[in-house]
Amino acid sequence: MATNWETVVGLEVHVELSTETKVWCGCKNEFGAEPNVNVCPVCLALPGSLPVLNATALQYIIKAGLALNCTIAHFSKFDRKNYFYPDSPMNYQISQLDLPLCRNGWVEIVLADGSTKRIRINRIHLENDAGKLLHAGDDVAEGESSLVDFNRAGVPLIEIVTEPDLRSAEEAGLFLNKLKAIIKYCGVSDVKMEEGSMRCDVNTSVRPVGATEYGTRSELKNVNSFSAALRGIEYEAKRHIALIEAGGTVDQETRSWRDAKGVSVVLRSKEEANDYRYFPEPDLPPVVLTEEDIERVRATLPELPDAILRRLTTEYGLSAYDAAVIVAEKESAEWFHEAVALAGAGNAKAVANWQTNELNRVMNAKGLGPDQIPVQPRQLAELLQLMEKGVITGKIAKTVFEKIVETGKDPEVIVKEEGLSQVADEGELAKVAMEVVVANPKVIEDWKAGKAAAAQFLVGQMMKATRGRANPQLAVKLVTEALRQHTGQA
Amino acid sequence: MTHNLSASRLNKAFASGELSAVEITEAFLARIEATEPAVRAFLTVTADQARDRAKKLDGRRRNGDGEIGLLAGVPVAVKDNMCTEGIRTTCGSKILGDYVPPYDADVVERLRAAGAIIIGKTNMDEFAMGSSGENSGFWPTKNPWDPGRIPGGSSSGSAAAVAAEQVTLSLGSDTGGSIRQPAAMCGIVGLKPTYGYVSRYGLVAFASSLDQIGPFARDVEDCARLFEVIAGGDRRDSTNAGRTPPAIKLGGEPSLKGVRLGVPREYFGAGIDPEVKARIDEAIVKLASLGAEIGECSLPHTEYALSAYYILAPAECSANLARFDGVRYGHRTLDSGGLLEMYMKTRQEGFGDEVKRRIMIGTYALSSGYYDAYYKKAQQVRTLVIRDFEQVFRQFDALITPTSPITAWGLGEKTDDPLAMYLADACTIPVNLAGLPGISVPCGLANGMPVGLQLIGKHFDDHKLLQYAWAYSKAAPFDARPPLGKGDK
Amino acid sequence: MALTRSQVEHVSRLARLGLSEVEKEHLTEQLSRILEHVESMNRLNTTDVTPTYHAVALQNVLREDKPHQSLDRAKVLSQAPEAEAGCFKVPKITEG
Ligand SMILES: [Mg+2]
Ligand SMILES: [Zn+2]
Repeated sequence: MATNWETVVGLEVHVELSTETKVWCGCKNEFGAEPNVNVCPVCLALPGSLPVLNATALQYIIKAGLALNCTIAHFSKFDRKNYFYPDSPMNYQISQLDLPLCRNGWVEIVLADGSTKRIRINRIHLENDAGKLLHAGDDVAEGESSLVDFNRAGVPLIEIVTEPDLRSAEEAGLFLNKLKAIIKYCGVSDVKMEEGSMRCDVNTSVRPVGATEYGTRSELKNVNSFSAALRGIEYEAKRHIALIEAGGTVDQETRSWRDAKGVSVVLRSKEEANDYRYFPEPDLPPVVLTEEDIERVRATLPELPDAILRRLTTEYGLSAYDAAVIVAEKESAEWFHEAVALAGAGNAKAVANWQTNELNRVMNAKGLGPDQIPVQPRQLAELLQLMEKGVITGKIAKTVFEKIVETGKDPEVIVKEEGLSQVADEGELAKVAMEVVVANPKVIEDWKAGKAAAAQFLVGQMMKATRGRANPQLAVKLVTEALRQHTGQA
Repeated sequence: MTHNLSASRLNKAFASGELSAVEITEAFLARIEATEPAVRAFLTVTADQARDRAKKLDGRRRNGDGEIGLLAGVPVAVKDNMCTEGIRTTCGSKILGDYVPPYDADVVERLRAAGAIIIGKTNMDEFAMGSSGENSGFWPTKNPWDPGRIPGGSSSGSAAAVAAEQVTLSLGSDTGGSIRQPAAMCGIVGLKPTYGYVSRYGLVAFASSLDQIGPFARDVEDCARLFEVIAGGDRRDSTNAGRTPPAIKLGGEPSLKGVRLGVPREYFGAGIDPEVKARIDEAIVKLASLGAEIGECSLPHTEYALSAYYILAPAECSANLARFDGVRYGHRTLDSGGLLEMYMKTRQEGFGDEVKRRIMIGTYALSSGYYDAYYKKAQQVRTLVIRDFEQVFRQFDALITPTSPITAWGLGEKTDDPLAMYLADACTIPVNLAGLPGISVPCGLANGMPVGLQLIGKHFDDHKLLQYAWAYSKAAPFDARPPLGKGDK
Repeated sequence: MALTRSQVEHVSRLARLGLSEVEKEHLTEQLSRILEHVESMNRLNTTDVTPTYHAVALQNVLREDKPHQSLDRAKVLSQAPEAEAGCFKVPKITEG
């Protein structure tokens, strides 16, 4: 009988902190500069240079640790991790081995069935990023020679290590998105995977459903996007299962994900696993934090997604779904709050509807990022007002919304220019009603026969004739009158 | 003769206009030219920069702009492991044979600010690993007292240059005795400051937790003067204590009244040359005659300090020297197929035997499975060594020991016995493990070669050590000069 | 403890330090002697002794997050064994 397999996943996520300068030196921490312009004796490991810890980097990792429910260490130290690679100027990385700054945190994810699950975080430590290798082909080994740019060398990184609590690629995806959102809310990183400011290594293993022992895991490196992470996990799980079911065993090894080909290849076997020769960093004294120090950082934490979500559902009565969509991105939550502030709490649900339906539809269609919202909160507020005041119908409102997206103009302007305000002039509408009636003798018969739908149809015709601008209630009244008049019924 | 004047005297002469910086500089350049073939203390003589510098100093003095610095007009030599912007800095290694740093070490900035004239970069054991100067990647420096003998190391050139009066003052670095031991063997004064007193920014690291820069001079006043210039806070070195030493007052009647000096018996054990022991005993009598209270004491873990050091220093150096890989600067092998081969060959060609030995020991001691047995054990032994010192410093203000159990040995005598070479540092190494200040002052000759008396003090008691050493040197003046010097008297 | 030649070869690879056959031979012998001497430490019981990493204790030495003047690229690359397109150039990467 075939076994049912369970996938077990643990992640090591590296996040670049968005400090002004690098972690050990004062060189600018910026993305996309000319190669080797943000370098100095320290980040080039010139002889005689020494590292000095960036105070903001320290504050940021504590902030992230608190946001991820970690315990912050009162005593923490740095260690040297020794390995030779051309993008590592010192040929050791300053990291943290046994006394990381943050321990024992967790992130809560909402599964497809609506239930929630806690993913435990084992540790978060501070270390420096390496430089960039530029070479031919997506495969390091393919290039004949490589060029090294050290602008990124020394950029502060936090490494977030989870427990093996994830049970599928989907869960991994949910976790990564949640993690990304929380970090971004904290304002300690822009977490852009495409710019490499968030990268992850994936540890995957499989075991028969119900088993308590973990299977042998493989570590997947060079995973540079969310989708790559998910594809990589699925690939590895399939690979492991196939191996085992074919009577083989999984080797504990480090593999490299080749996204283009959608396959993973061996990088290092357990035997030749790196021997990093960690030892305490003699150039950096330890970091000692009091409760006061930690509380001072906690005080700088903004309201986090989970809290906001709770507030949106209780305070504004939004559906869990709408709230989740709005909170998913820092920018969209900020947009929502601004719009509600302008349109009034009473309109919160309306704002949410417009945001999660119309706005998201347009943004997806145009492929806009969360930081490229094409409508200003003020403009939606105005639009809602125009509807309230009865200046435009709900139907027209949608048209106006589209026009705002296209032109960026304000609703009032658009309504004026396009003459979209409702026609409430009874005399004018009465004429139209009569024309419609006269033009549809067949319908009159139906009406006589008592078919209510007949009147509906004529109202529809009126709307057509007025390009949707006729006040609906008025239109119904006038059509009925016109019918009575025309058929002489009193 | 200008070249045998003290720094304080030269500084006065310059300030008063009695001697111009140019005259002083020319006098020392001539002295170097005359004696260098016999001593070989310099890897680089910066004659042109020194001349330009001297002209500027004279100009400023004439126009009276800026006050006269503590070292204005004084020629200083710098060990070649301290970065000098635009001046080749080799660490005595082929792997940095033509490396030119783009920045000045903190101590070099301080020298310039004090008006010193940097006259050259001195020879040294490669990356400061050695006790004889013979591990230089270029050539061995000779002892001015006897060209057949070593000057001590690793600051071989800085010590020999001062002893040979090629320069008045020089800077050395001391990781296990590399200032005090050559000072003793060349008959001059050398101070290894408290760890963290002098910035390591710009000092090419050998063992980061042990390295400290310090002064060489022919008398204690000059040594104190140079120490005052280089010591102090620097935010670029996270291990710098950010302290400025108190003003050091030397002068008046030499006295050590009420000063309690301990004599640790472990430093007089087997292996000490009887002649050396005799000089130290005489020195102890002299110190007592100055009013010091002398008492015997014990530092029981001394014999283990050497073992701890020969794990810790190599371990740190194995990481510190990993950056010399042929990628960003320095030597790169000519025949390399791939990256791995480039690394292996570049480092094989660039490093000398002793450096290779230490990288190998350190890498082994840190490799998986051995960390606890070697590295951690050594750091624990380090703790015990520190406790020993804390104990005795409850009863004593300072300790007196020989700087080296033996005098300068013959060139080539110990080169094929590394362990024997290591044992020569037994008296200086514990001081580095504990981060304490230590000074070596000449205390006579043993079989024709200088002997050094070491004074060890509490953390940041460097100024007291200088006062004690000054009092001793006044009471027991050491006016013997190496043969090189004699001709000019 | 006595080192084997293959241990010496393993360590030289870890340290990216090429060694001639003669050097390997000498080092196997010398390192063994040095380690033997070093192991005198084992005579000491250090079970409850906390290791010392910094002889002069400091803590929380921090730098303000303010940019400094970086180095001139031309000056930096002038020291490089091989440079191209504003970058340092290295041979084919033969290992992960
Ligand atoms: Mg990492
Ligand atoms: Zn930098």
